[in-house]
Amino acid sequence: MKVNVRQRDGVTILDLKGKITIGLGDVALRNAVQEAINSGASKIIINLKDVTTIDSSGVGELVSAYTSATNRGASLRLVNLPAKVTDILNITQLITVFEVFDSEDEALRSF
Amino acid sequence: MADDQRFHLSIGSRFENIELVQVVLKDSLERMGMEDDARHWVDIAVREAVANAIKHGNSQDPAKQVQVDVSLEGNTLIIRVEDEGEGFDPSCLEDPLAPENLLKPNGRGIFYMRSFMDEIQYSPRPGGGTVVTLRKRVTGSSPKARLEQEKGR
Repeated sequence: MKVNVRQRDGVTILDLKGKITIGLGDVALRNAVQEAINSGASKIIINLKDVTTIDSSGVGELVSAYTSATNRGASLRLVNLPAKVTDILNITQLITVFEVFDSEDEALRSF
Repeated sequence: MADDQRFHLSIGSRFENIELVQVVLKDSLERMGMEDDARHWVDIAVREAVANAIKHGNSQDPAKQVQVDVSLEGNTLIIRVEDEGEGFDPSCLEDPLAPENLLKPNGRGIFYMRSFMDEIQYSPRPGGGTVVTLRKRVTGSSPKARLEQEKGR
């Protein structure tokens, strides 16, 4: 998986591309989120538009990202969820835990 | 099931080897005529089974092998994943939907496997380790019809 980090209107945006799966993608996501939080980001958007596959480890990393951000006083939003990512979060009732938006603009306005 | 659709793989306990299983599995499921959507969820279930075998079964010891067998009986896809670990008691699993577990980073893999397959079953492996057997009815064009189509090309 590839992670591109950019800034927009004071918000740190992580664009994820590829598979968030055990061994590679999950670690890349964890490192990117920790780096953002450690560098003082208080508003974070994870853009999942180009995620093709997510497994339980990837879901676990999204949960860890949410709890890490919350514990450090930061806010985290998820945007552009592909249908299969929505499905997998729905099955484990996590879709209600995250703040999910259909577009980056909507998520930016929500902070 | 034609012999070219049945497969057996033996992989070392490294996470990157899951991708190897996926490549072979994808090809096999396509030949069975499984629809894209169903194939995606079988793919996830098998990822979870192999990841568990590598991580929890074989403790990521690359010298220990994970065996993967895929076959078709009638219209039922059967996938067996074996590890060489210490064994596993599925009754010890926690409910990932319980409020106290909802924000835990782990504990969802087997829940997803149960959600995406028709049946999963754990049994001890002779000589040590665990076998998980996943079953799923194949819908879409039947495997037999698909094979006949391919023969006619």
